[in-house]
Amino acid sequence: MLYLLCFLLSLLSLLLLPCLRPCFHAKKSLKDEKEIDERTYVVGEEEPPTGLRRDLMPRHVAVIMDGNRRWAKQAGLLTSQGHEAGAKRLIELLELCFKLGINTVSAFAFSTENWGRHKIEVNCLMSLMQHYLESKTQYFQREETRVSVIGNLTKIPESLLHKIHKIEKATKCYKKKHLILAIDYSGRFDIMHACKSIVKKSEQGLIREEDVDEKLFERELLTKCTEFPSPDLLIRTSGEQRISNFFLWQLAYTELFFSPVLWPDFDKKKLLEALVSYQRRERRFGCRL
Amino acid sequence: MAERPGQLRRIGGGISQLLEKICGFSRRCVFRVLSMGPLPNHLAFIMDGNRRYAKKRGLEDGSGHKAGFSALMSMLQYCYELGIKYVTIYAFSIDNFRRKPEEVESLMDLMLEKINSLLEKESIVHQYGIRVYFIGNLALLNDQVRAAAEKVMNATAKNSRVVLLVCIAYNSTDEIVQAVKKSCIEASGNYKHGDTESGIEGMDMEKQEKRIQLVEIEENMQMSVAPDPDILIRSSGETRLSNFLLWQTGNSQLCSPAALWPEIGLRHLVWAILNFQRNYSYLEKRKKQL
Repeated sequence: MLYLLCFLLSLLSLLLLPCLRPCFHAKKSLKDEKEIDERTYVVGEEEPPTGLRRDLMPRHVAVIMDGNRRWAKQAGLLTSQGHEAGAKRLIELLELCFKLGINTVSAFAFSTENWGRHKIEVNCLMSLMQHYLESKTQYFQREETRVSVIGNLTKIPESLLHKIHKIEKATKCYKKKHLILAIDYSGRFDIMHACKSIVKKSEQGLIREEDVDEKLFERELLTKCTEFPSPDLLIRTSGEQRISNFFLWQLAYTELFFSPVLWPDFDKKKLLEALVSYQRRERRFGCRL
Repeated sequence: MAERPGQLRRIGGGISQLLEKICGFSRRCVFRVLSMGPLPNHLAFIMDGNRRYAKKRGLEDGSGHKAGFSALMSMLQYCYELGIKYVTIYAFSIDNFRRKPEEVESLMDLMLEKINSLLEKESIVHQYGIRVYFIGNLALLNDQVRAAAEKVMNATAKNSRVVLLVCIAYNSTDEIVQAVKKSCIEASGNYKHGDTESGIEGMDMEKQEKRIQLVEIEENMQMSVAPDPDILIRSSGETRLSNFLLWQTGNSQLCSPAALWPEIGLRHLVWAILNFQRNYSYLEKRKKQL
């Protein structure tokens, strides 16, 4: 009886306390702001939509494409169809980013932790990635987009590994636009891998222990394939607010944007909202401006 | 007539004590309810917004940080009352050394004062039996602050109930680099005690690889004294990690209440824990899959 009373009192006090409802999400609603003119479609070097500034565009955007399975369940579809929709959405996002002048895009396609999913789903994902890498090779060549795949890659099927090597070779010469796919990737694996590489080189006398610094370490990470290894903006969909062992070192100063929308529903409007949010932020890097 | 102000003060004091008791009782009720569900073992805080708080209230520059310290003490009290064993706070980043020298000096003076106050009998350290660690590149601090930090660490080394990790002169990337350097030294030490007949080039690849496998970066990290945080709370609405616990927060729940750090309160903590409880079963399921 006493506990019931305590519970009711606690509930009442929680309800009466101010700021429970609106103040737990950082930024004010974009509805109050000027509407983004999404009819303006950017091609090449044209001006970005109203509300966005070209000089403030992030150089590197990373995405955690969360929510494919939930989307499929909500739509009454199979999980595989959810992942298919997710893959299509990634290609669309890529096109949009390049048109807006964002030249490096990273996508968390398959985490090391995803191996724990049901075997059928894992096989489906491997097949999907293989299919897309094969069918989109000409597209990436036409768009002069370099494709890099980073990750452990020791457990993935031989056929997928072959496709990865093929597309990387076919697009290696392109310098401006870059898609980085993280497959069988984990941020901790990346850091461990860099650490082992440095220790090995130190033992071989190739580097001295006193020369080991942050710049050297960064050059040993798997993201050394790009000039901009640290994303300016990370977008995670589906409402989860976690990094889930994606880039760890690389996200030191990255602006994080968590969207409640499921990945297959993350369309042009949602991307523009994320970019507007990014451009409004004051990036201090630990100093006071 | 002359007694009236005194009487009023006593009445005021009495009301204030009564209100404090009611608040304390309500808080314990809330914690009792929260304890029905899973609780985080480790909470981390990025205490952002002190300066903006001072500006908003029209206070002088250092006052925001002082108000921030009071908010920190309240938050620690709530955490330890709730039974959370580990709390980590981002007190001063290596990047913060690039701020104006006067501000850095003022922050160092404040930190020295507050670190010393932890050793007082009435301090929260004694109240809750807190073991305090100072995590960071302490060599970057001035002698006084470093000496005070070491004194507190030694004085609380035997405490075991709860733990407070104060990240000072800290960057996660620096922590990782220092761990790598330590691993390099350890590995070369292992080599010297190992096969000395042939150089490293003569050693077969398997032996070399095996020795490198022994190098455990995680053990060499300063934060290895605590498990990974379950929740990371950054105040002031900014959603970025600012080079804090990058290795450790890969699977942590991130919260970014809009309140500036001196405005942070019980309701923000409760909300963060309720969200943690909502996601708990899903996260446990994922951990089992690994």
